[in-house]
Amino acid sequence: MGTQPTGEVVVRRTVQVPIPPERAFALFTDRMTEFWPPDHSIGSSPIARIVVEPVVGGRWFERGVDGSECEWGQVARWNPPGELVLLWQLGADWTFDPTLRTEVEVDFTPDGAGGTLLELRHRHLERYGEQAETLRGIFDSPGGWNGILAAFVDRARQTAD
Amino acid sequence: MPASAAAVLDALGDATRRSILERLLDGPSAVGVLAGQLPVSRPAVSQHLRVLKEAELVLESVAGTRHLYRINPAGFEAVRGYFDQFWATTLHNFAALAHVEAARPPVHLPSEQET
Repeated sequence: MGTQPTGEVVVRRTVQVPIPPERAFALFTDRMTEFWPPDHSIGSSPIARIVVEPVVGGRWFERGVDGSECEWGQVARWNPPGELVLLWQLGADWTFDPTLRTEVEVDFTPDGAGGTLLELRHRHLERYGEQAETLRGIFDSPGGWNGILAAFVDRARQTAD
Repeated sequence: MPASAAAVLDALGDATRRSILERLLDGPSAVGVLAGQLPVSRPAVSQHLRVLKEAELVLESVAGTRHLYRINPAGFEAVRGYFDQFWATTLHNFAALAHVEAARPPVHLPSEQET
């Protein structure tokens, strides 16, 4: 798993959510700011909003609280409520690289119980070949993923109460 | 990651070796075929493949007298692991938000999309 016979490197993740595909698609695209790990930002100021323009060829970018905008990629396919493809064009050092084209494919399928099965595939990660070690450094850095996850779980619990 | 970081970096620091890797991304190939696609000699391709093998970026298989080289997916494990963790966290966040949404009446939210 994770690598196709062609040498394509893929990450697959699925998650089930208790809202129908129409709402899941809208939540994913229109309110990305609310679930994106906040330290994964490339701007000079904190993220005010993550924007996915709802059209093929639309921009995917972050807007900082100071109004500055930083490109992340673009919309390659926009077929609500079932299918979304974003081009992720951030290098390992979290700067926009127009020559780098990795693909984030997201499918939203009814789960038969009123909810949605979201399947995400981040494809063509082999295109990071030369930057692998930089990524490793970010991944291993102190205060990395575990801290983010714990902070989120706390907040989600508070919100749910 | 079994190969040392230094070996991987050295292996990827050469344009010809990167070209070889790019061709192998399309599928397994043999030394002679690769030499025919690149402006370098067959012995030079063999030498580059040896370096890539030592960095564990490329695997060699032998069928009779035929030697085939292909991408070693383990060499990209660091990249894959990074994004696997990233999306695990992000989709976990998304699911939690969706659960909060599900508890609300299904009103149509006005789009905050700015273009």
